[in-house]
Amino acid sequence: MSSEHTKQTTARLLKPGYLALALGAVVVVLLPLIFTSRYTTNLFVLGSSWGIATLGLVVVLGYTGQISLAQAAFYGIGAYAVALGTTRWDVNWWLALLLGLIAATLAGAVLGSTTRKLGGHYLAMVTICFQIIYTLVTTNWIAVTGGPDGISNIKRPPFFVPLNSAQRYAWFALAVLLLVAGLVWWLRDTVLGRAMRAIRENELAAEALGVDTRRVKVIAFTISAVIGALGGAIYASGYLYISPDSFNFDHAVAFLAMVLVGGSDSALGAILGAGLLTFLPEWLRDLKRIYLVIYGCAIILVIVFMPEGLWGYVKLIGRRFARVVALPPAPRPIRVGGHGAKGEEILRVEKLLKRFGGLLAVDEVDLVVRRGEVHALIGPNGSGKTTIINLLSGLYVPTAGRIHFLDRGIVGHRPSRIAHQGMARSFQNLRLFRELSVWENILVGAHRAGGHESETQARALAAIEFVGLSDKAHELCRNLPYGHQKLVELARAIAGEPELLLLDEPGAGLNQTEKQELVRLLKRLNEMGLTILIVEHDMSLVSSVASVATVLNFGEKIAEGTVDEVLRNPAVVEAYLGNREVALGV
Amino acid sequence: MFESLSMNGQLVFAGLAIGGVYALVALGFVMIFRATNVVNFSQGEFSMLGAYFLFALWHGLKLNYFVAIMLALVMMAAFGILFELAIYYPLRNRSFLPVIIATIGASIMMQNGALAIFGPSPEKVRPVIDTVGGTGGIMLAGVFFDYQYMITMLVTVLLVGLQYLFFEYTLLGKKMQATSQDKTMASLLGIPVGLMIALTFIYSSLLGGLSGMLVAPIFFVTHKMGATLGLKAFAATICGGFGDVRGAILGGLALGVIESFGAAYISAIYKDGFSFLVLFLFLLLRPQGIFGEKVAEKA
Repeated sequence: MSSEHTKQTTARLLKPGYLALALGAVVVVLLPLIFTSRYTTNLFVLGSSWGIATLGLVVVLGYTGQISLAQAAFYGIGAYAVALGTTRWDVNWWLALLLGLIAATLAGAVLGSTTRKLGGHYLAMVTICFQIIYTLVTTNWIAVTGGPDGISNIKRPPFFVPLNSAQRYAWFALAVLLLVAGLVWWLRDTVLGRAMRAIRENELAAEALGVDTRRVKVIAFTISAVIGALGGAIYASGYLYISPDSFNFDHAVAFLAMVLVGGSDSALGAILGAGLLTFLPEWLRDLKRIYLVIYGCAIILVIVFMPEGLWGYVKLIGRRFARVVALPPAPRPIRVGGHGAKGEEILRVEKLLKRFGGLLAVDEVDLVVRRGEVHALIGPNGSGKTTIINLLSGLYVPTAGRIHFLDRGIVGHRPSRIAHQGMARSFQNLRLFRELSVWENILVGAHRAGGHESETQARALAAIEFVGLSDKAHELCRNLPYGHQKLVELARAIAGEPELLLLDEPGAGLNQTEKQELVRLLKRLNEMGLTILIVEHDMSLVSSVASVATVLNFGEKIAEGTVDEVLRNPAVVEAYLGNREVALGV
Repeated sequence: MFESLSMNGQLVFAGLAIGGVYALVALGFVMIFRATNVVNFSQGEFSMLGAYFLFALWHGLKLNYFVAIMLALVMMAAFGILFELAIYYPLRNRSFLPVIIATIGASIMMQNGALAIFGPSPEKVRPVIDTVGGTGGIMLAGVFFDYQYMITMLVTVLLVGLQYLFFEYTLLGKKMQATSQDKTMASLLGIPVGLMIALTFIYSSLLGGLSGMLVAPIFFVTHKMGATLGLKAFAATICGGFGDVRGAILGGLALGVIESFGAAYISAIYKDGFSFLVLFLFLLLRPQGIFGEKVAEKA
C-alpha cells in the first residue's frame, strides 16, 4: 500500500521530464534529416560533444555548487584516449573510450579530493591550475600527444551500423547527448542528486543532516569528469583530428558560459546553452573574431540579470501550465524515539572543554541526557549553549573532554557520521536549503535513516504532515514566511527519525501563536518517545516542554535539576538578573 | 664553481625581480579581497591593460614615455571605478560563486577585447632606463643586474612600504581597514563605505597597471600576459595565506625564484607549470598558506 502510493507520486511529479525526453528523441531523429548540409551536420556533432561536456558541469556546478574550470581538460582526456587508442595502440574504440573514462575518473577523483579542504576561490584556482598543466603537457609531450600538430586519422566507433557518414555520426552523437541528458536529469531527484543540491544550498546543514559532503563532492567531480571525457571522445571521432587547441582554458570558460547561459541547475538548460553558444558564433559570422568577448560579456550579464539562465525563463512559462500535485497522505506516522528503554543514558558528556584562542567558551561541562526526557540547556547570552550544541553535533571539535552518544565515543567524528548514529539538529539562524522546495528539504533530512526510496518518502511524508506543511510542499523554502521556515527545519530534523534531537533556539523570532504551536509539536514528539536537548531563551516555552534543565554561565555549569528547581536556584537568578545585593548596594 | 655560483646568483636576481611583479599583482588581489571579500579573477588583466595603455599612449600617440605612464595610471584609476560599478556593485549582495564567475567573465572579455583591438602579435615597450640597444644593466661579480629588474624591485619595495605606512598611520587607511573588516559597523560609524570600496578598487587597479607597465619591457605586451601574471599572483597569495599582505609578498618572491630555478635546472618549457605545481602541493598540504587565512563560519 505504502510503496504504491509513493510510486504514484514519483511518476506524477516527474511527468514533464519524461515528456521532454520523448520530445528530445523526436528532435534527435529529425534534426539531421532536416538540416542535411555537411557543415550543419558537423555543427551538430560539435554541439553534441560540447553539450555533453556541459552536462558534466551541471552535475558539479549546477547541482553541487562547486566551480570547475577544468572541464576542457577532462574533455581532452576522453578525446586523446580515443585518438591514441585507435591510431597508435590499435585497440577497439570502445576499449579506448573505457580507458579514457577510467583516466578521467582517476583525475576527477584526485581533483575532487581537493574539495575536502577547499571551496570557492581555492577550488576555482585548483581547477584552473589543473587545466593549465594539462594544456602544457599535451602541447609539449610530443612523443605521446603529437604536440601542437595533434593526432589525425582517428577512427569512429564500431556500431550496429557503420557510422561512416556525417549524418549517421550526427545521429550517434545526438543520441549520446540525449542519453547523458536523461541520466543527468534522472540524477537530480535521486538521493545522491538531492544530497548534491543540499550541499550547494548549505553545506554545513547538509553535513549536519548526515550527508557525507566530502564524499558527495568527490563523486560529483568524478561524474562530471567522466561525462566530460565522453563528450571529448564523441568530438574526436566526429572530427577525426584533434590538437591541444581544442581543450585549452578558453574552452573551459566556454563550457562554463554554456552552462550558465542555459541554466546550470537543469540538464535541458545545459543543452540549450551549449546549442546556443555552438550556433551563435556561426550565425554571427562577422563577430567571430570577438566571440570570446561576447562570451565574457554574456557570462557577466547572465550572472547579474538572470541567475537561472535561459532555462529559468522556460520554467517560468512552464509554471503557468503546471498544476500542483498534492502529496499523498503519509502511510504511517513518524517514528521517532528509537529503540531503548526510557530513562537510560543516551548522551553523556564529560569534562567538555572548548577554547577559541584565548576565550574559554565551554569549561569542563558534564551533562547527561536520558532517553525520553526534554532537557533544556539554558543560560544568559554568551554562556556557551550554542557552542555545546555545535560540539555535540560535531561541527566543532572539543579542546578536551569526552562525548558518549548511545554508548559510543563521538569526539572527532564528522557531523555526518554523528547524524547517522542518530542525532539530528536545528540551527539558531535558519540553515534551510533555500532554493529547494519544502518537500525536498524534508527528503534530504529523511535520507539519514537510509533504506529504500519509498521508505525515505514515507518518513518525509510523515514529517511534513506532522508539522502541517503538506499544502506548502512544492513551495521553495526562500518564499516561505519565517514561522513556516522554522517548521521546515523541525520537520527536516525529525524526518530522519533520530534518537536525539538538538534544537538551537527553536522559538526565537516566533510570535505567541506560533510558539504555542511549537510547544504542542514538541510535546507530541516527546510523547512519542523522542529525546530532545533544547537551547531556548523563552522561559515559559522551556518550562512548558522541558522536564530537566542544565544552566550555563560563562561556559561553566552552574546548576542542574528539574526546571522548577533550577529556576529558583539563587545562582541562576543571579546569572540572569545580576546580583541583587550588589545592585541594591547592600 | 664560481661560474655556477654566479649563475645561481643570476637566477636568484631574476627570480626576485619577477617575483616582485607577482607580489605587486598579488597585493592588488589582497586589497580587493580584504575590502570586499571578492576574489578578483581579472586582476591579471589589470596588468595587461596597464601595459597596453602605456603602449598605446607612448607608441601610438607618440607621447613622452613618462607622461604616457602618468596618463596610463590615470586611465587605470578610471578603469578601477568602472570595474567596481560594472562587476562588484550589481553583485555585492550575492554569494561568492556568482562574483567569481563574473570576474572570470570580465577577464575573458578584457583579454579578447585586447586581442581584437591590438591583434595577436606581441608589442614591445621601452624600459624605464632606455639604453642603446634595448635593456641595460651592470655586471657585478658575474651577475648581470638588469636596470628594469632593479627598478621593478625598487617599486615593489617602495609601494609595500608606502602601503604599510598608509594603513597603519593615516586616518584614511584606518577607515579603509575598518570597511574591510565590517562594512555595517563602518557605515554606522559614519565612514563612507561606498567611497572606501571605490578607493580600494582604484588603488588595486593602479597596482595592477603599474605591474603591467614594469614587466612590459621584460616580456612583451600581449593579450595573454595578464592571464599568466594573474594566475601566478593568485598562486602566490594562496601560498602566502589568502588575504595576508606579508603572505602575498613572500609568496610572490618565492614563486619567482622557484620558477627561475625550475626553468634553468629542470625544464624550460614547463616553466609556467612550476608555480602551479607548488600551488597544488600547498593546497593539498597546507591550504591555509604560510601565514594562514582567517576564516570561520558560524553555525
